[in-house]
Amino acid sequence: MTNNQLIQLINAIENADSSERLLKAVEALADARLEAGIPTLITVLGYNNPGAAVAAVDGLVQLGEAAILPLLNLLDEYNYGARAWAIRALAGIGDPRGLETLLKAAETDFALSVRRAAAKGLGNLQWIKMAEEEIQPAQKRVFNTLVLTCQDPEWVVRYAAVVGLQNLATAVAKTQSDLFLQIISHFEEILNGEVDVAVSTRIQLGLAQLAQISLTPF
Amino acid sequence: MQSGIEQNIEAEYGKSESLTIEEAIANLQGEDRGLRYYAAWWLGKFRVNIPEAITALIAALDDEEDKTPDGGYPLRRNAAVALGKLGDISAVPGLIRCLDCADFYVREKAAESLGMLGISLKANPALRVSIPKLMELLEGGLAQAQPIPGCPHLAQPYGAVMEGLGSLGAKEAIPLIEPFLDHPTELVQYSAARAMYQLTQNPKYGDRLITALSGDKLQLRRAALADLGAIGYVPAADAIAQTLAENSLKIISLKGLLEYQVKNSSSDSPLLSEAAIHIMTLMDDLL
Repeated sequence: MTNNQLIQLINAIENADSSERLLKAVEALADARLEAGIPTLITVLGYNNPGAAVAAVDGLVQLGEAAILPLLNLLDEYNYGARAWAIRALAGIGDPRGLETLLKAAETDFALSVRRAAAKGLGNLQWIKMAEEEIQPAQKRVFNTLVLTCQDPEWVVRYAAVVGLQNLATAVAKTQSDLFLQIISHFEEILNGEVDVAVSTRIQLGLAQLAQISLTPF
Repeated sequence: MQSGIEQNIEAEYGKSESLTIEEAIANLQGEDRGLRYYAAWWLGKFRVNIPEAITALIAALDDEEDKTPDGGYPLRRNAAVALGKLGDISAVPGLIRCLDCADFYVREKAAESLGMLGISLKANPALRVSIPKLMELLEGGLAQAQPIPGCPHLAQPYGAVMEGLGSLGAKEAIPLIEPFLDHPTELVQYSAARAMYQLTQNPKYGDRLITALSGDKLQLRRAALADLGAIGYVPAADAIAQTLAENSLKIISLKGLLEYQVKNSSSDSPLLSEAAIHIMTLMDDLL
């Protein structure tokens, strides 16, 4: 792939005159998997075009680690739509360098779409990429944040927190059985107070799936 | 489209405007039109389901003071929306009266709210008194319901009326609703399909809404998502997850399916049916 081709791909995005053309152009740039295309893919997150944003997030997630620092640096503080997509990309990549951003977003962001993406992403972090001595304290912080997020006023954020906690439990089943059991008892505790049918059904699914893990010997 | 009203109001008044329940009820009966208008919306938004609020909102359905130059009744519209959310049967006579209001949007909001009351007060036979009046608005069928040149809306709020009848379980309205499947406007067709599904449980009407998810226009896909969520049409799950629209709307639509599935799975089958687990897996991916 030459520099010229990259410029053509970027031009196609900038000159797209319909959402269908924009989607095709973003998909083409995403498929090219060029690190130099990362800033453009991030810009697309702010276009308020869900189809194009999905394609850009997919592209950024495929590029993985290389996209982390640009995403953290270019995170748009003022456009919550763009921020939600950027958090979703960070969550999809699962690089622990996104940890602080995801913790803060899950706890304090005013946009529920951002809180929900962050809550899910916290459960998907690739712990293996973290220095060994940092892993357990970080997992404990994720647990504490997701316990808080389980009390969010928005049902979908609570739902995402349950998904995040279940994934965290799965990740720590072999290394931290105490945290694993803590998550199960937290699910049992919040199940009683949950008023939303979708969230309580999701908690029950989490309990059922975690029960299968706990049956296999550590 | 109640979400439209909410967006307008939030843009107009900002999120900073916070009220106590007492203030909202006082404002609703006060002198300031702007505050009255906002208070009516606020009481519905925060589900202030207390007798004082209901009484004041019902009174606001007959407001004559807040009137736009073209004959609209902004306060009545907001009061009608709020009463739909509060789920109190005593609002029914006032809402039925609103179906005769000269303002199209008051009729539309009243029909929507009667439908919402139908959902929240399912078994209440007192709701059925609204059915004949709603059916009246469909009279004249497609011939009366053609688009009016230069007018932003049809002669009646057909979509809201059919959705209301569907939610109220008004099987006697089926012959009136069915012709609207061929209405020139897609949104009206969807409302007809949604109501027909609710009244007949025939999958062909649900499938019609699935087809709508692959349409060209985002606005129409969004409408089909809302309709499928409202009727809880479980076979639509994968099509919902795949359509090009905001994840938030897809999640809400799937939530409708999940709730329907959970509430309607027979008591001897496990709560976590295969269909419910499948819907949740799709929701997880969209978070």
